[in-house]
Amino acid sequence: MSKTRVVITGLGATTPLGGDVTSTWEGLLAGRSGARRLTDEWVQNLAVQIAAPVAVEPTEVIERVKARRLDRTAQLAVVAAREAWADSGLEDSGLDKERLGVAVASGIGGLHTTLSNYDALQQNPRRVSPLAIPMLMPNSSAAYVSLELGAKAGVHTPVSACASGNEAIWLGLDQIRLGRADVVVAGGAEGAIMALPLAAFGMMQALSKRNDDPEKASRPWDVDRDGFLLGEGAGILILESYEHAKARGAKIYAELAGAGISADGHDIAQPDPTGSGARRAMERALSEGDLTPADIFHINAHATSTPQGDIAESLAIRQALGKEADHAVATAPKSMIGHLLGGAGAVESVATVLALKNRVSPPTINVDKLDDAIELDVATEQRKLPDGDIAALNNSFGFGGHNAAIAFKTL
Amino acid sequence: MASTEEIRSNLAEIVNEIAGIPVEDVQLDKSFTDDLDVDSLSMVEVVVAAEEKFDVKIPDDEVKNLKTVGDAVAFIERAQNG
Repeated sequence: MSKTRVVITGLGATTPLGGDVTSTWEGLLAGRSGARRLTDEWVQNLAVQIAAPVAVEPTEVIERVKARRLDRTAQLAVVAAREAWADSGLEDSGLDKERLGVAVASGIGGLHTTLSNYDALQQNPRRVSPLAIPMLMPNSSAAYVSLELGAKAGVHTPVSACASGNEAIWLGLDQIRLGRADVVVAGGAEGAIMALPLAAFGMMQALSKRNDDPEKASRPWDVDRDGFLLGEGAGILILESYEHAKARGAKIYAELAGAGISADGHDIAQPDPTGSGARRAMERALSEGDLTPADIFHINAHATSTPQGDIAESLAIRQALGKEADHAVATAPKSMIGHLLGGAGAVESVATVLALKNRVSPPTINVDKLDDAIELDVATEQRKLPDGDIAALNNSFGFGGHNAAIAFKTL
Repeated sequence: MASTEEIRSNLAEIVNEIAGIPVEDVQLDKSFTDDLDVDSLSMVEVVVAAEEKFDVKIPDDEVKNLKTVGDAVAFIERAQNG
């Protein structure tokens, strides 16, 4: 049985570089940093006082009464989903909503709601919001996106830490290939720039402590990298069966060729230093997409700017692609937008799709001196991608040993 | 002591803040659910906000009896006088 072909027909994003896809993409191409020093009172005692907040507050976009019923993470998801949905032109296409699915991931869930209601509880239990549970549950973003669009096929929330966004795309692809939906709104969101995550990731020694130079803090592959920069935002992609998209004359950005999931089976927080799990995820994405390493010309790396993680991924890419890695441009958007946790894979999938569509790889910033252990073709300036049929990989890995690689190709 | 109109006006602001209903629509004869479309969870929020605003206790068992804005205003007036 031949595989159902799945294509991307809509994109949405809200990120530290902009409140939509266009401004985010322009920021990435320009090598702009979304990092800044936080000035909030709650940050003053923390070791890490830098992050990459969204450029446009979701409450400026979502109606006031609706916004107060959504956690910040769900607000970000809804903003990106509205943009992607409008971009797809599906609203007026006569799509049967029972054939419309949702897969929107989050790494943590409604943490703002959890923490603010815990504070309220300490004062007076009656101050706990009756909406606290629907706002803090991890599936809240997916649920609100489905309510927004009237989606009535399955509504899913993969939770796999920082691999969650890519896992949602993997799941969405499967839903269409298994014939359970014609269209899946897939992606991820996270709005967790708060004292607790900054302190907790900080205690893990996972975050950069470059408080005095926030724009230089996230520096994947550079010898002086010292951890990741916490970002926030959301990315949404409209996945649609090729037949459905063609029948309605849809604009098609790229083909979602394959997706690969694997687990390290190694450690709860450290990546497998041999890169074996990440390699298997990439190999599965390629084989499922009927692609070979020779097809890959662009790699959106997970590359968070941690000392061990960046090296393990570089090893994994070398193992998965072999000599063909020589002609694949590696790019690390986290150098500009930071790490969006459950939103990372989704926003970076949006960027990967646009790289293929526009045939240009965005630069990686802050690579002043490439680490000798990184054997990748790292572009510090925009790099043009070749004409013809080409493909790209987007990697996301999460605490727990989750690996998720997505393969896109030009169409 | 707050007048009926003052209580109604303050309650209207709470309903507007929580449920987005225009303040001028929140009149004594209006039903929270049938006329103003305030759902049950929003009603809980309205009740808690009203307790703090008017410094009264509105027991959970009482909430089902507060069908109209007028019912709520009357309950608050009685509670304040009691």
